[in-house]
Amino acid sequence: MTTQDFIQIILFFAVLIGLTPILGNFMFKVFTGSKHLMSPLFGWLEKLTYKFSGIDPDEETNWKSYTFNMLTFNFIGFIFVFFIQLFQAQLPLNPANLPNVSWHSAFNTAVSFMTNTNWQGYSGETTLSYFVQMIGLTVQNFVSAATGIAVLLALIRGLARKTTNKLGNFWTDLTRSTLYVLLPLSILFAVVLVGQGVVQNFKTYDTAQTLQGVSQVIPMGPAASQIAIKQLGTNGGGFFNANSAHPFENPTPFSNFLEMLALLLIPAALTFTYGKMVGSTRQGWTIFKAMLILLVIGLTISLYAEYSTNPIFGNLHLMEGKETRFGITNSVLWATATSAASNGSVNAMHDSLSPLAGMVAMINLMLGEIIFGGVGAGLYGMVIFIIVTVFIAGLMVGRTPEYLGKKIQKFEVQMAIIAVLAPNVVILLFAAWASVCSPGLTSLNNSGPHGLSEILYAYASAAGNNGSAFAGLNANTVFYNLTIGIGMLIGRFGIILPVMAIAGSMAKKNITPTSAGTFQTDNWLFIGLLIAVILIVGGLTHFPALSLGPIVEHLLMNNGITF
Amino acid sequence: MKTLYTSLKIFLFFTVLTGIAYPLIVTGIAQLTFPAKANGSLIVKNNKIIGSELIGQKFDGLIYFSSRPSAVSYNPLPSGGSNLGLTNDKLKHSVDSLRKQFAVFNHLDANSAIPSEMVFASASGLDPHISPEAAYLQLDRIASARKLSGAEKINLKKYISSSVCYPQFGLLGDGCVNVLLMNLELDQNYGQYSHFN
Repeated sequence: MTTQDFIQIILFFAVLIGLTPILGNFMFKVFTGSKHLMSPLFGWLEKLTYKFSGIDPDEETNWKSYTFNMLTFNFIGFIFVFFIQLFQAQLPLNPANLPNVSWHSAFNTAVSFMTNTNWQGYSGETTLSYFVQMIGLTVQNFVSAATGIAVLLALIRGLARKTTNKLGNFWTDLTRSTLYVLLPLSILFAVVLVGQGVVQNFKTYDTAQTLQGVSQVIPMGPAASQIAIKQLGTNGGGFFNANSAHPFENPTPFSNFLEMLALLLIPAALTFTYGKMVGSTRQGWTIFKAMLILLVIGLTISLYAEYSTNPIFGNLHLMEGKETRFGITNSVLWATATSAASNGSVNAMHDSLSPLAGMVAMINLMLGEIIFGGVGAGLYGMVIFIIVTVFIAGLMVGRTPEYLGKKIQKFEVQMAIIAVLAPNVVILLFAAWASVCSPGLTSLNNSGPHGLSEILYAYASAAGNNGSAFAGLNANTVFYNLTIGIGMLIGRFGIILPVMAIAGSMAKKNITPTSAGTFQTDNWLFIGLLIAVILIVGGLTHFPALSLGPIVEHLLMNNGITF
Repeated sequence: MKTLYTSLKIFLFFTVLTGIAYPLIVTGIAQLTFPAKANGSLIVKNNKIIGSELIGQKFDGLIYFSSRPSAVSYNPLPSGGSNLGLTNDKLKHSVDSLRKQFAVFNHLDANSAIPSEMVFASASGLDPHISPEAAYLQLDRIASARKLSGAEKINLKKYISSSVCYPQFGLLGDGCVNVLLMNLELDQNYGQYSHFN
């Protein structure tokens, strides 16, 4: 690594930390209904949304109605995306004349975009029409991210309010997140991306006659608008198959820097919003620090692994599946950030990462996507771990655990444990099944321990709603489309439902005033405890599987063994 | 029922807003502000599209700078990498043979150091760049294939160093030269592909 590499990394984190309070404060104003920067610009759109849909923005509901509204809305999105894929050949905006999508691939893709996962079993440029990409997928990129924010807001209100059953209005939260946060940022970002060379048009694919006299079809499309929201909304579903490694999707190191920043920006800023909404920015920064520390630990291990030499390739830099303009440092920084943030877009092929760097990405998925995590989803997942930590700390000192003045009791702990277990069950059971049945094994692109890594990664990605892949695995089969689809549903709603239940039960409780005996949740001791709990839960659950995949592969590679 | 009805209406509203209006607005702004880039940074000569500045092309001729190995042979439908893991036999063999091939092709010493990107396939399969070092190593071979004079060769070397496009702002990304643009320059100054075949 050179000094320039270090400067790039430091610059990245400095900009991220600098923007966190700015955007966080703006979102605080948006979500609490105060006047803000965007009210004069888009205020009329908000009113129009409520008028058109017949919504009373001030009508608040309890946790059950809030959840029911959210589920209904998501279900409609799923049905719509599913059916337009089945009939895309009969629908407009299909200049490449792509055929209808198979039912199992359509199911997988519809679940994937509705759950903010954006796992892609298909290749964008050869499978989906502009119509499906825009009207189906781009819309889900917005509303699935907004759904994540809405669930988080309900949880925050549950923590901040007392003796009530009102958690806010799902429609209002959905609308405000979309109109004031996601849409303006996306428009701005998309235009900047086009300035760097990302395509944005409705042309048919062009055919070039290359210098050596071969014809080359150059795919086109409204890419920039989708890429902006796929990064900002931690969606990650690429317009093209190679995702953000594709020169039309991520043409320059500057576009790369911005896309990388965009994928962490909102989850990071939400920690600040959280702090302000629960009445203590220190609480928000505590969570931010815990997330940042975990991210930096992962990044350090990955960089070490990628810059090490091994007997198979001697002192060659490991450039397989990486782009020259990004080099190793930017590829590794992206891989760590995208797996931590539940984004899932890639600028290098994770399948070809060195075993330990691939493992770090996998661990980021397996810990439950809480290191910044998905928009909204990462933070509510982190609050689950905070509840578990407070509970364990309470057991150790022998007093009733409390968080933000609210007593943590049996029901909250039960719900938290369900939310922790749901994604892990998906990863371990499905991966075990796939690694012993023939429809699971015939899709592998690599043999030996790396084959197991491909399977593990796929289900970890599904359960964490991440969407990145060890893409050698041919996942566009009935077996994988269905199991991964179900995994994504459990990984999303298996956490959202317990989180909403916790929100509902917390809202009813009274707030105990702080006293000398209160266990503090905003200091370094707590950060240490929280990180320890996360690593112990993740480690105990996944160490055996990881040792059979990436760890043993790393040891074999260092002995020069190939398969 | 009320929930279903509300959901449908707000879903329709957001579909029109984010699925239709948003991409159209971005397209409008993009086509006004950066038309060439929004349309794929295409290179057009004599009304024919030669390629896109951003999309790599396959170059294996003696008279051209070679491009990186590609898992999709520079056919963008669909783009992608090899997805081979580091302990995969296929990858090891391919690296070994590409290393030999590059050395022989460019008349280099059998055990001379070869830039990594020339033996490893890119992520997109469409990587338009190689490192400046990889370009310098190909200079002698191109000069002799194109029968360049000593002065022309020195000019070409200067051209390589003047076309290094990254790090961007002197800070972001790794050093790169664009293979297609360099080869276009070669054709313009020293004769096209058809002259040599």
